[in-house]
Formats: sequence, structure tokens, C-alpha cells
Amino acid sequence: MISYATPLPDWLIVLPVVLGLLGAALLLALRSFVRIQAWISGATVLVILVSDGLLLQRVSSDGPLAMTMGRWLPPFGITFAADVLGAAFAFLSALVTLVVVAYLHAHTPESVRRDGLYALILLLLAGVSGGFLTGDLFNLYVWFEVTLIATFGLMVIAGNPIQLDGAIKYALLNFVATSLFLAALGLLYGLVGTLNMADLIGRQWNADPGTLATIAALFMLALGIKAAAFPVNAWLPASYHAMPPGLSALMAGLLTKLALYALFRTLLFVLPASLVWLQPVILVVAIATMILGPLGAIAETNIRRAFGFMLIGGVGVALSGLALPSPESVSGSILYVGHSMLTVAALYLLGGLAEPADGRADTKGLQGAVAAALLLVILSVAGVPPFLGFWPKLLLLQGILGDAALLHGAPLNVPALSLAAGILLNAFLTLFAGSRLWIRLAWKPQIFASDLQLAPLAASLALATIVTIAGLLPELPISFAQAAAAGLLDPSGYQAAVGITP
Amino acid sequence: METALAILFGLFLVVAIYLIMSRALIRVLLGLVILGNAINVLIFTAGRLTRAAPPLIGPDQHAPVGAYANPLPQALILTAIVIGFAMFAFLIVLALRTYQAVDADNTDNLRLTEPDGEPNPPLDY
Repeated sequence: MISYATPLPDWLIVLPVVLGLLGAALLLALRSFVRIQAWISGATVLVILVSDGLLLQRVSSDGPLAMTMGRWLPPFGITFAADVLGAAFAFLSALVTLVVVAYLHAHTPESVRRDGLYALILLLLAGVSGGFLTGDLFNLYVWFEVTLIATFGLMVIAGNPIQLDGAIKYALLNFVATSLFLAALGLLYGLVGTLNMADLIGRQWNADPGTLATIAALFMLALGIKAAAFPVNAWLPASYHAMPPGLSALMAGLLTKLALYALFRTLLFVLPASLVWLQPVILVVAIATMILGPLGAIAETNIRRAFGFMLIGGVGVALSGLALPSPESVSGSILYVGHSMLTVAALYLLGGLAEPADGRADTKGLQGAVAAALLLVILSVAGVPPFLGFWPKLLLLQGILGDAALLHGAPLNVPALSLAAGILLNAFLTLFAGSRLWIRLAWKPQIFASDLQLAPLAASLALATIVTIAGLLPELPISFAQAAAAGLLDPSGYQAAVGITP
Repeated sequence: METALAILFGLFLVVAIYLIMSRALIRVLLGLVILGNAINVLIFTAGRLTRAAPPLIGPDQHAPVGAYANPLPQALILTAIVIGFAMFAFLIVLALRTYQAVDADNTDNLRLTEPDGEPNPPLDY
């Protein structure tokens, strides 16, 4: 039981959220000064990025960090708790946001910038960071709603009919998903009597396992809709491409990843006993998602809609660590989600350079450094060695197949083998879809986009460079993913930090 | 009492799902409101209904004495109501704007993001 005030350095954990909300409020107050909006938001995101980096450094050296609001001691107060997983994802989301803010600087019409674009971006980042850092399930719901309202605003900010259409589909389905999440929370509270994650871990064993598994299934449905897992993925390719390219990249980089994070947090971390019941379902969903996603991309003519389908394929790969959890496969999934934040955002940003900023549909070709960067990012998404996407898939295959069961004459493990085959097929199909898109964008066109401006060009190339370097030097990302997986599979450090005796 | 409210929740859920599956946007929105209220009833019921004292703490006590009504579900529902209200306000304006811009209250006509009759993807590599 914690009975002292949180020491000042520990306030670092709420800094990303507080700064994001304060920055958004400041930008709204200064909304008539359109020119300085981008600079203020860029500076705010930079400070958030630095504080996320400090937080990540702190939790990876000293273990999880927690802070409970007010004098309501845990498990009663709202707890913020960061472990390596949450801090690393918060850091990556701030990084993607920083790149997108720089990209949007010259790649959006002024009318869009005037209507509070940057305030909504900061609000989105605050919501996503809050989701990654919170230690309370109901608070996670609140952050989901904060991101939802910010993305509603971003979706319709340009106000074209196509954006209204996309926003309707996005808004209705995501609202249903968060409502289901809330229903699952209500049932869980009724069954166990607490919503504090650290407290739930110990108390769930007194509850009826069948009822608990039903609640876990409801969590899986709600978060599966938000993560765009098959068969509830139809909203994503119907909405993401309607926005300006920079905003597509931001949402593709952050939103489905927050839902995947929440799936890992609720099913693997909080309710591991119920996960066993759900594993066959997750296995089928993961395999279907990872194969049907890139198949959808192959059948598409619109570039960014095709990217949306490639993103869906990645969701399936990320789910495979939940289908057959082991230290390696979970760290592979975590690394995949982290890699996907960067690569998918880079994909949308680079692809967006082929489109004019005002959202007309006439796509031009890409050449030179942009075309090369797009190729590198596509190879990363597909998981061609030695690029970034290869390492999570390697970890996943190692974790799923274990000690090469086939070689040692062990009995045939059909789930593991079919999941492994699905991951390999996903890599092949993604490579096929991506390389064909690249040929359409960089080889075949007669007219090339020539009036590229410095800010979007530099931002997207910088992100592609980060992706490539991280792929060539994978030790650091892999070590973070392994530490995050260890924290997910053994919650005792997290519980101790929150102040719950395991 | 819990049983009666649980049945009420079920009825709300049935009505909400029926309306959400409709093609008319305005019916979908009404369905979402009813869904939100159904879930509020669910949380309220899950927190157990007690006809006891309000959860007030006396001047020289640190916790309520005796049986008292559970305040937590009420706090959760209050948050959910506020959020749901904001969402619904946005959604109804969004539906109105869509109706004005696209002239579609019928979701079958909302085909701008995925138009019918698009060219097939190229067959060559």
C-alpha cells in the first residue's frame, strides 16, 4: 500500500498526456495565428517525445513506474502505470506524430490548418499516450474516447463529401466498438469488483472462469473491431484513404496499434486464464486477417486503400503472438506492432507525395530518393531480410515453431504449423502487392510529381531512414521487445510498482 | 430488482441492434443512443443495487459506516453519459452534414469512398 505522495521525478509518467492536452488548449486559444500553430505543436510534440524517451529509459533500467491520482490509494484511485511496453509504444507514437506534424506543414491546404488541425493532432497524441500509460481499464476506455473524438475531427476537417462518407463509416463502427468495450468493463466490474489492471490480475482467480472467458471474448470483439481484424475490418479501407495523406499516416500509425496494445494488455496481461479459451478463435482470426489483408491490397487500384489492406494484413501478424503465446512469439508481436507504427506511417507519407495536397485523385509518379525510400519501406513491411519487418517475423516463427519440432520428429502441431505458414504467406503476398504498387508508382508513370516541397519530403525521407537503420541494427529494438514481453508475461513487477501485493 | 434491470438491459440491446442494422442513418444514430443507455443500465446493475444509505462519510470517520450504495458505478456511468452525449452530438451533426453534402440518409448511397464500378486492378505485373 502506497501512503506517501508521488515523488516529483515520477510525475514524468503523466507528462506526455498533460503536455498534449495543454498544448491542444494553447493552440485553440491561439487559433487565429495560423502561422505559428505548426511550430507550437511541433515543439510540444518534441517535448512529449523527450519525456517519453526519459520514461522509457527509466522503466527499462528501474522497472515499471506507477502513479495513482489524488489521495485515493490503489486499487481505488485512477492509476497511471508504465512498463517497457507502454513507454516504448508511447515513444513511437510521439515520433510518428512529430514526423506527421512536419509533413503536414506544407502538405495541407491552409483552410485545414486554420480549423484546429494541430490542436486535434495534439489531442489525439494525448489520448493515445494516455491509453499506453494508464493502469486502469475504465481510464483506458476514456482514452479510447479521447482518441475517437480527436480522429472524428481530423477525419472531417477538410470537409469534402468523400471525407464525410469515410467519417460516417469510421465513426459508427468505432463508436459501437467502444460501447462494447464499455459493456465488457461493466460486466468485469460486476464479476470481479475492480477495474485496476494490477488488482484484476490477482483477483480474477476467485471469479467463475466461464463468465470471465465470456467477458474476455467481448473484449476481443470490441478491440478486434478497433484493430481492424478480419471479419470486422471493413471500416478501415473505407475511411483511411479519404483524409489528407499526412492524417492517414497518423491514424494508420497510431490507432490500430493502440487497439492491439489494449488486446495484449487485457487478454495476455490482465486475463491470461481466459486467453486459453480464446486461443483457437484468435488463431483463425489471425490467419484469416494476415492472408486476406494483402489479398485485398492486390485487388485494389487506389494506392492508399491498398496500403490500408496491407496494414490489415499486419494486424493479423501482430495477433499471432496472442494465438500461441510464448516469450519469443509475444516479443515478436510487440516488435511487429512497434515496427508497423513506423513503417505503415512511412508508407502512407511516401505514397501521399504522389498525390497533390488538395486531395485531387490524379496520382503522379515518384522518382529518385522518394521512389527508393518507398521501395525500402515496402520491403520492410513485407519483411524481407535484413529490413525491419523481418525481425519480428523471425521472432514469431521461432516462438511458434519452438525447437524446430519437425526436425526432431515430434507429433505434428497443426495450429503452430498453419500459423507459421500464414506468416510466410503474408510476407509473400505483401511483397507481391507492395512491389506491384511500387512498379505502378515509380516505373510505369509518364508524369512525375515535380513540385514536392521540402517539409513533407524531408519528413517522409527521415522516417524511411529511421525504419531502414532500425532494420539494419535490430539489437536495440529486439531487446526492448523482449523486455516488454517479459513484463507482459510476468506482471509481478508491475503490481509491485502500483502498490498491489501479488 | 437486478433481474428486472437485466431483462431491461436485454430489451434495450435488442432494440439497439435492430436499429443499428437499419439502412437509414438517423435510425442507426438512435440505435447508438439506446445502446449507450443499455450499457449504462448494465453498469448500474453490475454494481449491485442496494437500497441502503448514500455513500457519505461522517465528519470524524474515514469510511462510510454500515451498508451503503456503491458509488463507483455511478461515477462510471456519469463519465460514460458525458462522453456518449458528446459523441452523439458530433455524430448527429456529421449525419446532417452528410445528408446535405451527399444527399444520402440511406447508407446504400454512401459509396464515395468505395465507388461502384471501379476499374479492375491491372492483370499484368
